[in-house]
Amino acid sequence: MTALLTIIIVLFVAIALWQMVKIFDLAQAGSGSSNNQVATDKDNKINGYLMLGFLVFIYAITIASFMYLGDLPLVSNSASEHGSGLDNLMIISMIVIFFVQTVTQFLLHYFAYKYRGEKGKKALFYADNNTLEAIWTIIPVIVLAGLIIYGLFTWNDIMNIDVEEDDPMIVELYAQQFNWKARYGGDDNTLGQANVRLIDLDKANILGLDEEDPNAQDDIIVTELHLPAGRPVLFKMRSQDVLHSAYMPHFRAQMNCVPGMVTQFGFTPTVTTEEMRQNPDIQQKVININELRRERSAEIIESGQDLVYEFDYLLLCNKICGKSHYNMQMKIIVETQEEFDAWMKEQKTFANTLIK
Amino acid sequence: MSATAENHVHDDHEVHHHKETFVTKYIFSQDHKMIAKQYLLTGVIFMGIIGILMSLMIRMQIAWPEQPNVIFEALLGKWAPDGVMDADIYLALVTIHGTLMVFFVLTAGLSGTFSNLLIPLQIGARDMASGFLNMVSYWLFFISCVIMIMSFFVEAGPAAAGWTIYPPLSALPMAQPGSGMGMTLWLVSMAIFIASSLLGSLNYIVTVINLRTKGMSMTRLPLTIWAFFVTAVIGVISFPVLLSAALLLIMDRSFGTSFFLSDIFIQGEVLHYQGGSPVLFEHLFWFLGHPEVYIVLLPALGITSEIIATNSRKPIFGYRAMVASILAIAFLSTIVWGHHMFISGMNPFLGSVFTFTTLLIAIPSAVKAFNYITTLWKGNLQLNPAMLFSIGLVSTFITGGLTGIILGDSALDINVHDTYFVVAHFHLVMGISALYGVFAGIYHWFPRMFGRMMNKNLGYLHFWVTAICAYGVFFPMHFIGMAGLPRRYYTNSNFPLFDDTTNAQMVITIFALVGGLVQLVFLYNFLSSIFYGKKAEQNPWKSNTLEWTAPVKHIHGNWPGPLPTVYRWPYDYSKPGHEEDFVPQNVPLYEGEEELQH
Repeated sequence: MTALLTIIIVLFVAIALWQMVKIFDLAQAGSGSSNNQVATDKDNKINGYLMLGFLVFIYAITIASFMYLGDLPLVSNSASEHGSGLDNLMIISMIVIFFVQTVTQFLLHYFAYKYRGEKGKKALFYADNNTLEAIWTIIPVIVLAGLIIYGLFTWNDIMNIDVEEDDPMIVELYAQQFNWKARYGGDDNTLGQANVRLIDLDKANILGLDEEDPNAQDDIIVTELHLPAGRPVLFKMRSQDVLHSAYMPHFRAQMNCVPGMVTQFGFTPTVTTEEMRQNPDIQQKVININELRRERSAEIIESGQDLVYEFDYLLLCNKICGKSHYNMQMKIIVETQEEFDAWMKEQKTFANTLIK
Repeated sequence: MSATAENHVHDDHEVHHHKETFVTKYIFSQDHKMIAKQYLLTGVIFMGIIGILMSLMIRMQIAWPEQPNVIFEALLGKWAPDGVMDADIYLALVTIHGTLMVFFVLTAGLSGTFSNLLIPLQIGARDMASGFLNMVSYWLFFISCVIMIMSFFVEAGPAAAGWTIYPPLSALPMAQPGSGMGMTLWLVSMAIFIASSLLGSLNYIVTVINLRTKGMSMTRLPLTIWAFFVTAVIGVISFPVLLSAALLLIMDRSFGTSFFLSDIFIQGEVLHYQGGSPVLFEHLFWFLGHPEVYIVLLPALGITSEIIATNSRKPIFGYRAMVASILAIAFLSTIVWGHHMFISGMNPFLGSVFTFTTLLIAIPSAVKAFNYITTLWKGNLQLNPAMLFSIGLVSTFITGGLTGIILGDSALDINVHDTYFVVAHFHLVMGISALYGVFAGIYHWFPRMFGRMMNKNLGYLHFWVTAICAYGVFFPMHFIGMAGLPRRYYTNSNFPLFDDTTNAQMVITIFALVGGLVQLVFLYNFLSSIFYGKKAEQNPWKSNTLEWTAPVKHIHGNWPGPLPTVYRWPYDYSKPGHEEDFVPQNVPLYEGEEELQH
């Protein structure tokens, strides 16, 4: 049935095309000139007006996108200390971009309309002007210099982590096809030595920790990432098979996990999961999502998901890593130091989980 | 022009020394005009259809995830059981769509068609420096196309590691099925493709340097030729690096070396690889990969420069600045590759350096955009379909280029890296822009290629629907990306976080489907005009460049009789003191006429 429908639709499109061509050809029949496939004054006029119309369309789609999708972008409510600085830079860059976009698109399409060709008109022979060239070289230089300097300061701020001074909590993010694990350093806040060559599945040594290393004994391996609010965290990323990328959009944090090396990224979470759920923007988002989910509730229940959505931070895989790349997340829970300590007490250390 | 009209009287048989058979004329041709058409049909039309079809299937899967679809069932066969697309084949579609569009359509198709057609004709040469190498270049390209298409018919499916084929995913068959035979074919195809591309590029460079006709100094070259020339130079510098990366990856895959692999535990066993680094591959890949963006874009900008000047009936504004910005872009393009790797684990200091060089590239780009706009100012614009596509190119080049300021900034890249924001950015700035360049070129030089005109009304219909759909697809996509939605996800409804993007995804897919469908109008126009189009005049657009002084009927050697001599730059449009609003390059200066010093 669907195949038949498709064939009918294709047929209709073909007929519509054929008819359109006939109409176009008939419309041209009167002109008779041997060179009638070159734009005439009439074509210039129509397309000139269409250029104006297109300018309106560009502005309209911009406004519509902001109206209907404006609450999507992550440029507010960052949940990490460096996040707000990064958001500011983003907003400034966006303002610059939208200003330039609005002006240049206007000039381009307005000129295309204003100077549309007419028979007998002659264009201005105007080949060069060094002053003008200098102006639109120097202005971008100044604007970009500002953005570069601001950007580099932000980048250095984010990337320079002083382990001595900040005393960050060390957490390892361990990626494999297709899940995440997190490892805490335990009481000594020091990760034990590890290498995938030491993985021993029979002994449940799944991350390849050095069983002899005293630092490894109190390490804690979990599948849900808990972080205390307010304390700097330094993530050490590892991967056991292919490239993955640890992407934590709400914390404005991302770093690739590369087999054979340890990469790192540090930030300070500032907003607990509970606080974030109370945030008006997030509440609105959750309401929207739940409304949409109710519309397709049958499908969702069938796929085994919970129908009602509650906000949670997520760690996503953001580097193509194979079949279930889309299905590789870990929940992140930011909580108060006390809650975190209580949770940590319940976890088993590496020495205790190892099957001897 | 009158000079060539007289030359026309010389009979064709003077040039036709040896008889051409069907095989030497249409198949193993050494004539640049025929090779250009071969590239056009294989690279742009055939590979373009496949590439666009794939993108539509990708979009349908995103909008209606895991829904049975009769098109999937028909086209994907066993990879879409009951019409539901398999997750592995989704990644394969993403991979091959990227590969086909970037390399086959917009590198080989674009440069192959227009460099081949225009370099000899616009510089006043009989043919390429080496017709034989040119033919070999095309047939190597053809073989690489066949191998790439073949990979769809192997047991485990085609390569599926993304068009960037980062190891270890691309190196280990146990990591995904596509990394078996499919990836081998991908690598072999690309190695042959690179050989083809290098032969082509060397030929272009030698031809432009050595075979310019009398009077055609470098400063009298049309901007098209400048762009093709510089593109070829970038290609010769950067493609060998990708070749080396591909060869090293083949070694890692088949001969047990460890260039890119180390410490891997997969499917219950430790592999022997030790000491290599995937980051090394990323460096090698992007050393080509970024210049590649400009290999795709510069020819399109060159074509646009020529078409905008001709149809504005005005000299291109700031010829010297245009050449300088092409050279600046070319130079900078080779030192910015690291902006693809800000979060790859390389030293953050390198991130700072690459941020700096990357944002510098915005300056020559801005100069080009403003020069195009100024060229339109006080022109007498002939809004032919080619001109519409050129203006459209400037528009998408600006829209797409501006978001580069965000992605090129290492700090901002952290949160939009590998999201739909990136997809929107590069599709607008290099995908759509370069495609517009291809379309503009085809509409403009169709009379030169086939001696007939394309239907302008169908051209208008094609442009306006395409232009609306291009913005409709890629503008909202920025917002989805800024919501943090990662690209290359088979479905986004597996967990609720991004459920509020589903409606936007649906709208995007509808725009994409309409935009894809309207390309059929172009296809019909193109194919039917080859046979039934109105016969073209010799110089239908009243253009100054030399290709329009050659006779409409193609002859081997391009001009009957002697080659034209050049007396002026190519942009003497509406020059005061001349009756007509164009003065072809082969018209001598009249007494007392001043030549612009460029």
